[in-house]
Amino acid sequence: MNTVVTKPLTRADFASDQAVRWCPGCGDYAILAQTQKIFPELGLKRENFVVVSGIGCSSRFPYYMETYGFHSIHGRAAAIASGVKLANPELSVWVVTGDGDALSIGGNHTVHLLRRNLDINVVLFNNRIYGLTKGQYSPTSEKGKITKSSPYGSLDNPFNPPSFALGAHATFIARTIDRETHHMQEMLRRSYRHKGTSFLEVYQNCLIFNDGAFASLTNRDSKADRVLWLENGKPMVFGKEKNKGIHLNGNVPEIIELGSQWSLDDVLVHDETDFILASMLSNFTYQEDFPDPIGVFYAVNKPTYDDLMFQQIDEVLGREGKGDLEALLNAGETWTVE
Amino acid sequence: MSESTVIKHVTDAVIRFAGDSGDGMQLTGGRFTENTAILGHDLVTLPDYPAEIRAPAGSLAGVSAFQIHFSSNDIHTPGDEPDVLVAMNPAALKVHLKELHPGGIIIVNRNAFTKRNLHLAGYESNPLDDDALNRDYTLYAIDMSSIAAEACKDMGLTSKVVERTKNMFALGVLFWMYDRPYDTTIKWLEKKFHKRPELVEANRRVLVAGFNYGDTYEIFTTRYKVAKAPLAPGNYRNMNGNLAVALGLVAAAQKAGLPLFYGGYPITPASEILQTLAGYKRFGVKTFQAEDEIAGVSSAIGAAFAGNLAVTATSGPGVALKSEALGLALMVELPLVLVNVQRGGPSTGLPTKTEQSDLFQAMYGRNGEAPIPIVAPTTPGDCFYAAYEAARIALKYMTPVIVLSDGYLANGSEPWSIPDVNALSEIEVKFATEKNSEEHFLPYLRNEETLSRPWAIPGTPGLEHRIGGLEKENVTGSVSYDPDNHHKMTELRAEKVHRIANELAPLEVFGAQSGDLLILGWGSTYGACRAAAERMQGKTQSVGHLHLRWLNPFPNDLGEILTRYKQVLIPEINYGQLSRMIRAEYLVDTRGLNMVRGRPIRARDVVNKISELLG
Repeated sequence: MNTVVTKPLTRADFASDQAVRWCPGCGDYAILAQTQKIFPELGLKRENFVVVSGIGCSSRFPYYMETYGFHSIHGRAAAIASGVKLANPELSVWVVTGDGDALSIGGNHTVHLLRRNLDINVVLFNNRIYGLTKGQYSPTSEKGKITKSSPYGSLDNPFNPPSFALGAHATFIARTIDRETHHMQEMLRRSYRHKGTSFLEVYQNCLIFNDGAFASLTNRDSKADRVLWLENGKPMVFGKEKNKGIHLNGNVPEIIELGSQWSLDDVLVHDETDFILASMLSNFTYQEDFPDPIGVFYAVNKPTYDDLMFQQIDEVLGREGKGDLEALLNAGETWTVE
Repeated sequence: MSESTVIKHVTDAVIRFAGDSGDGMQLTGGRFTENTAILGHDLVTLPDYPAEIRAPAGSLAGVSAFQIHFSSNDIHTPGDEPDVLVAMNPAALKVHLKELHPGGIIIVNRNAFTKRNLHLAGYESNPLDDDALNRDYTLYAIDMSSIAAEACKDMGLTSKVVERTKNMFALGVLFWMYDRPYDTTIKWLEKKFHKRPELVEANRRVLVAGFNYGDTYEIFTTRYKVAKAPLAPGNYRNMNGNLAVALGLVAAAQKAGLPLFYGGYPITPASEILQTLAGYKRFGVKTFQAEDEIAGVSSAIGAAFAGNLAVTATSGPGVALKSEALGLALMVELPLVLVNVQRGGPSTGLPTKTEQSDLFQAMYGRNGEAPIPIVAPTTPGDCFYAAYEAARIALKYMTPVIVLSDGYLANGSEPWSIPDVNALSEIEVKFATEKNSEEHFLPYLRNEETLSRPWAIPGTPGLEHRIGGLEKENVTGSVSYDPDNHHKMTELRAEKVHRIANELAPLEVFGAQSGDLLILGWGSTYGACRAAAERMQGKTQSVGHLHLRWLNPFPNDLGEILTRYKQVLIPEINYGQLSRMIRAEYLVDTRGLNMVRGRPIRARDVVNKISELLG
């Protein structure tokens, strides 16, 4: 008898034959590379991956992945992915989206996907600008930003994606940066492993229309002071010398210098299951005084919509038996004409 | 029975129950309909209710009505004008009196003709005291509320509860008047209120009181008897259009061997389709009540990609929201059924009223050259077959298909000959399982006959591929901006829809096969057109009737048929949409009968128009 030897999948197995058409140096390349790197190690067959996207630079992503892919219409990826998952819950469904796609035109679908908690992985490329339409402000652009459509400065308050997701009571919320490839891999793995909707924001540099948006978080000189690496169960310290920490004064967070006055015991310890803590951390973004949190903000387990839907169908089938079409058509008051 | 009462045999009767939204008129009509169906009459019903759940009590806006036409003949419409009007309050009388047949019967609840209700209805004096009403009609003013109270007086029920049984009194009177038993209604009450035996008893008492009132009091001069209709042998049930759509979709999914996925958002008058399917979990039906219309159709497209029979239903405003996604469905060439239960438009329009004004929206309401097949059911029961056919064509040709139902079909009902499951046409679905070329899987390599592309669903090894809304290169499915390819794909998408015409059954014209005038209709005007054509037979002028089921593509034999008549009349509940399509396609100088009143066109309207045209 022949035994089928399946060769382990490699990164090359997930690269399609399509030429990648992002601008040279775009942060999207890094995300594509890390995704192609971690997909083979997840233990799934290639045919069971589905990548769904909307519209925008990020949404070209499915074309470059040798999986099943759907490049859909602006903002609707979350809704289309929901249909895919409910049609076949065995599939590993990934939504690749951007700040405009997920939070502006598709905000409604994103918020409801998170609320329902389908077992779908959302990767949101946040470059804080509209790239594909060539440089208008996005819902995550900082207030007052000068862009082509806001020559005198934008008037919108920005959305902070983790806060948005917390508002919907998402069950997994994380953030990474395009330049931090190992961290990104870890976040992608955690997203995959999370049962329920995972919401991963990736800070991604658009070097044509918003270059340097996250420079302070990636530059060698500044990043230690500007990034707060979140690790579950660990005190929240940062800085080149690891000498700064987040301290809670009553219910107000403040930054303390470790040394004579404060010790590590005074530093807040991260707990991924603490909703209030996650809310507080998410508010650090867009506040100059605080470092920007990177890592898993929040991760809890809740039943998924897809499991509940199939459970409900099974329960009804168990109670009522499999439906009979003839009986269905003949239900209710019937009469016979001879 | 009083000795002075005579029994009159009639072939037809049209009864309209009208009252306040809270008076239970839809329920009363429904019970009378069930009773009529079981007695073997042919019937057609027309519910007519306000959009507000409870408009202010007693107001003109709050009047809800239900009309039933039943007959010993094969009939097609809910009747032009009622023979009997049941008016439970002054507002109902005010709204509906003008449509009552001259000399018709009016039965009113006199207790409701209070000063306040008269004022709300805009009556300056009580019309029941007016000689005109007694002169022009046969008026029966009965103290229904008082009699109901008397019948239930020893039961210890609140007066509010007792007052709500008065519709049963009216029903009892009508049962007596049309000489029929009330047992099925009592059985129904027992089932509906099985947890509230006191309500069964109260309603039963008042129903019987109504029947006995007719029997005992000598005020009614006539009872009517309608013979059974010569319906074709078979098992029947009463069927409305929304239920028929749901059943047709389940039947199609079962026949195709696919799970049914329904993604949608509640909207009047289509919500019952979602609600009905939500109860069919034993058939594995998945219903997803999405966050909006767009997510409804988008989730369905996702489910289609992954191999389910995907469906969404809505009404005109919902179709407007779904339009971009419909374009996507046709671009990625996935099967999808969209049911539009049309209502009065534009914008929010008349949510609970019927209209046929979304034909252009279905034909042209998308960006780009975006042809989608369109099928329109003709009667409530026919909605079953239209939904079934839509699913079959969607799966066979890998295309979205639009079903154009409407409010009248959705809520109207008729006796439905229950189909034999085995006699339904087969629906064959073959997922791609292997590569269709040496090297790659080619997602746009087409079937030569239907031009459909292969359906390779996620989870199938070796067929990984990408689809999307960007233009595709034919065969390979790669993104392509090539000018010649785009032109070719535009042609292919149009040709695919045209080819559906090759499998349509030859058209059948009723009445004159050529001659003076052809009535050309589509959708729910079927009954009015056919009844009008029947009335024109045997006259000097030759009139035929042809009803279109497929609006896109037009059947291959349509053009030839149109040339056989001197005139073509197109009655539509819109401003001439099919007319313009026919004019554009066949250069025929059509005449329209266009009544956009939120109500079905009546047979009489069609006959009058024919007389005007033929002189």
